[in-house]
Order: sequence, then C-alpha cells, then structure tokens
Amino acid sequence: MQSSGLLSDAISNQRRSEQRRWFVMSILFVVLITSFILDVATGPSLLNVKEVANALLHLIGFDTPVDPTTEVIVTNLRLPIAIMAVIVGGVLGVGGAEMQTLLNNPMASPYTLGMAAAAGFGAAMTLYVGSLGLNANVAVPLGAFVCCMLAAAFLFALATMQHISSGQLILAGIALLFLFQSLLSLVQFISSPELSQQILFWLFGSLSKASWSNLLIVGSVTLVCMIFLMKDAWKLTALRLGEERAKSLGVNVSRLRLKTLFIVALMTATVTSFVGIIGFIGIVAPNIAKILVGEDQRFFIPLSFLIGAFLLSSASVLSKVIVPGALFPIGIVTAIIGVPFFFWLILGKRR
Amino acid sequence: MLTINQLNVTLDTLTLAKDMSFSLQPGKVNVIIGPNGTGKSTLLKTLFGDIKAKSGDIRFFDQALSTKQLSAWRTLFGYMPQDIRLDVELSVLEVVLLGQLDALSLRLDDALIEQALSALDKIGLLHLANRSVNKLSGGQCQMILFAQALMRNPKILMLDEPVSALDLHFQHVLLDHLDEQTKQQGWVTLMVLHDLNLAAQYADNLLVLKGGQLVESGHPKEILTPELIKNVYGVQAEISKDSHGLPFVRTIRRNRAEANALPDNKVTQSAKGIANAI
Repeated sequence: MQSSGLLSDAISNQRRSEQRRWFVMSILFVVLITSFILDVATGPSLLNVKEVANALLHLIGFDTPVDPTTEVIVTNLRLPIAIMAVIVGGVLGVGGAEMQTLLNNPMASPYTLGMAAAAGFGAAMTLYVGSLGLNANVAVPLGAFVCCMLAAAFLFALATMQHISSGQLILAGIALLFLFQSLLSLVQFISSPELSQQILFWLFGSLSKASWSNLLIVGSVTLVCMIFLMKDAWKLTALRLGEERAKSLGVNVSRLRLKTLFIVALMTATVTSFVGIIGFIGIVAPNIAKILVGEDQRFFIPLSFLIGAFLLSSASVLSKVIVPGALFPIGIVTAIIGVPFFFWLILGKRR
Repeated sequence: MLTINQLNVTLDTLTLAKDMSFSLQPGKVNVIIGPNGTGKSTLLKTLFGDIKAKSGDIRFFDQALSTKQLSAWRTLFGYMPQDIRLDVELSVLEVVLLGQLDALSLRLDDALIEQALSALDKIGLLHLANRSVNKLSGGQCQMILFAQALMRNPKILMLDEPVSALDLHFQHVLLDHLDEQTKQQGWVTLMVLHDLNLAAQYADNLLVLKGGQLVESGHPKEILTPELIKNVYGVQAEISKDSHGLPFVRTIRRNRAEANALPDNKVTQSAKGIANAI
C-alpha cells in the first residue's frame, strides 16, 4: 500500500518535472518572440513596436491594420534579418549542445573545434583567389562551406578510428583551430589592404546579407537536421552516460557519433557560410540549457536552440542600438555579451 | 543455453582467452573469479560483441554471434559494465528508463514509467526515483545501473563486478534479487565477483579464470579448495563448511603464511634483508 503510494507519487513527480521543463521552454519562447519583435522594430528608422506586431500578425494572416511603409520595411528589409538571427543563433546553440554531448566536454563547440575557423579560411581564400567565374555572393559562402566540411571530414576520419577518445578528438579539433587561424592570418598578410579589410569584415559576422532566398536554404537545412537530431534524442541521452554504457544499452555508438557529427557540421557550415563567424553562442547556450532543464535531450536540444536564438536575436538588437545609426558587427557583440554569461556560469558551478 | 567453443581473444600481444570452451545453462547463476588482468571483463565484452574474438564460436541456442547482426544479438543482453560513474544531469527514473531505450519515444509512456519504478521498488530504491543521479553515492549509482540492466528484460544478464561499491546490505539485496529472478525468468546470468565467499554463496556454477584460461569450473562445493586458491591467486587459504554446507574461505596474511612455511633461519634472513633495505 505504502509502496503503491510512493509509486504514484514518483509518477506525478516525473510528470511535474516534465511540465516544469515545458514551462521553461515556453518562457524562453515568449522572451525570444519579444526580442524578435524588437529586432524587427530597431534599425535606421525606428518603428513602433505595436505597429511591427500588427504588421507581423497581418503577415501570418490576421486582419490587423497596417501602414504600407511599415509593411514594406518589415517584410522586405527587417524580417529576413530577424529570422536569420533566430535560425543562426539556434543552430549555433544546438551545434554546441551536440558537440558537448558527443565529446562529453562542456568546452566543445563547432567553434572550438576549428570548424568556424575553417569556414573563415575558406571565405578568405575565395576572396583572395577570386570567385572563379561565380557570383561573389555565391562563391564566398560556397568556399566557406567547403572548407568547413573539410575540417569536419578530418574530424570524422579521426572519429572512425578505433580506440580514439573524445579527449583526443578535442585536442585534434583545437589543433585544427590553430592551423586554420594561422592560414587565415597568412592570407590576410599576403593580400592587399582593401582585400584584407573585406576579409576582416566577413570574419566579424553579419546578418545583413540575409535574404528570403538565403533563408530558404538555411531554414530547410536546419529543419531537416533538427528532425534527425530529435529522432535520436534518447540515444543521445544514453550517450551521456558514457560510451561503454550506451553500447551496453544497444546504441551503435560509432554510427551515432558519425551521424551526429555530420548533422552538426552540415548545419554549422551552412549558417557560418552565410553569416560569418559568430562565437560563444555554441558554448554558452547549451550550458545554460543544461542548468535549466538537465540533459534529457528531448528538452535539452530544443532549449539549446531557443537560448541560442534568443542570444543572437538580442545581440542583433544591441548591435543596432549601441551607437544609433551605426551597425556594430554582430560577431563582436555576441562575444561581449557572451563573456559575462560565461563567467557567471563558471563561477556558479563552484560547489 | 549460451555456448562458447574454442574461443581465442588477443589484444595487442596479450592473450586474454585461449581455447576457452564452456556452456552456461538458463536459470543458473554463473560466477567468474580470477586474478586482476586475467581476461574476465574482456570475456564479457567479447560475449557482448564489443571485442572481436580471434577465433571461436559463440552462440545462444542456435543464434550465433556475428558482426553483421550485432544489434539483434545485443537485444538478448542486459549488460552492466564495471564503470559506475554517472556524471550527468538526469533523474534516477530517466536513467533506469534508458534500459528500455528502443521503446522510448518523445512522449513517455505511463506503462514504461511504472515498469522502471517497479524495478526500483524491487531493490528498495523507489524513494530515489526523482533525485538527480549527480547527487548519489557510488553505491547508489551501482544499484540504479542494476535496475537499468533489469529493465532490458534480458535473456542473458552479464554483470561486471556488480557489488564493488555496495555496502553489506545492498550486496545481499542485489545478489538475492538476481538469484531469485534468474531462476524465475530463466536467465543465463554471468557475473564477475572478487569476493570468494559471495561467489561461494551465490554461484550455481563457478568459472575460475587464470591467464586467459578456464582452469576449473563447477559448483563451488566441488571445486573450491585451498590448492585451487593457492594456484590461482598465490594466496594460502583455509576452507571450512558453513552451516549450509557451502565452502567458507578464510585467507591467510601472506607474511604469516610465509612464516609458517619457512624454517626459522630463513625468516631471520629475510627479516635482516628487510632491515637492511630500510
């Protein structure tokens, strides 16, 4: 009798803890929507938040009154950038979350493993060599994408080797980071001041090249990747118990590792090639998510996305309002707001 | 029946199984004992298909272990590896649920949760269900992982030193439950133990390993002798019978054992040797 009481208590506690995590996610969702609307409202011409909300509602089919100028600004100029911020931030958050899961290390992210640096080198090389007959708007992202995937392929090759530990993979990734940073510096060193300036601007990261056609590519890649990740949510949770234990539970660890690494690389390469290098979100977002909902990946993956999306979206707002009228490179802003978060995190973990 | 025939396993240059053949019956608790580094864990990993054997044949009834059908083979097993660290932000219930990994979907089924909770209940740990595993002791983690292995509804249950971190109470909770379930469900149970007296109490079949070879196997009553222990561990032991007629092993401190065995002058010599060394 007593034990059946305990049993139903335990079930309702589990359900409550799931509800609590849904609640955390919905709060984050609301916060994200707020920052998204602010992101659309801010810019060279400051729009009224209420009008922006109306224009957005109008766009998704509600019958709300909208000023035509506002509608044009929102739909054609602001909205692609704001959506791009959400998707890119989310992808960076999830990419970091899965790298940390795979490598069992809270410092891992596509950035620290050299994928972003490789993309940067790829973009710089394309700018230096020339676009080989392609449109520069296509060639530079393509160069970045190819280089990023090459770096990832090197990590895959290592990951398929027998008896390679996650520690060794991280070391190899950091070595890649240094290699590509040096190569990048080399390209900058040998190129003309104008070109060097161009490269530097690409490296800062910028959402301003967002367009509806870019969004279509980034959005669909992200959607497909997220579906695949969520399908493996429980296996990834099992992986967090350690590789040997995951194996004992029937997970094909090497296949899961390769598959997830590929998904993360594909998402990261895609977003990085369109917006440049944006650091820190990949490390910070998953660590915050872990504190809020634990490591049940059913919640951990979507929350890492929401937090990453919020961080980049709010950074996008900040980049426009720090100096009114001027657009700060968003890559700089994220690192600056990311660092205090990171310190809070490290110090908060002290027992 | 789990049958191992002419098994050879080498890792690098180390031979960890040499022409090993034995078979294990359902409904019996099989215990492996043997010195450190003699291939006990390796044997479990080989049976699980995690280490590839150099040669030999492993089969469960007429299903053979092959690398092509590894995942089907592994569904037969509940396997509890030696490592008991659980450094992860998950609740006890979630960790136990992972034992039924293939049945889990994005929305957790009430029936599965109940199954996990009753697994915890049976080993007296229901009150921990909603706690984070990060905050548990090593022994508690070990019990939780045992519950996880039970969740798999195995045909073959392999446990690598399942009581290494447990206090006296939980050693017996775990082993009693294991014994009872093995007989009730007809599992082939195979575990590694270091404590010879626990092995003697719980083993229906004792497998003694040394240097990658099976030196002896059978019921502890029949095979556990001072000579065997001397041969396998290099330790002198006295064996008496407990009130249930099972062997009770009392080992003797090595320096005392030597003192008994050596004539007086050699003792003084070795004592001098020690004094000089100091």
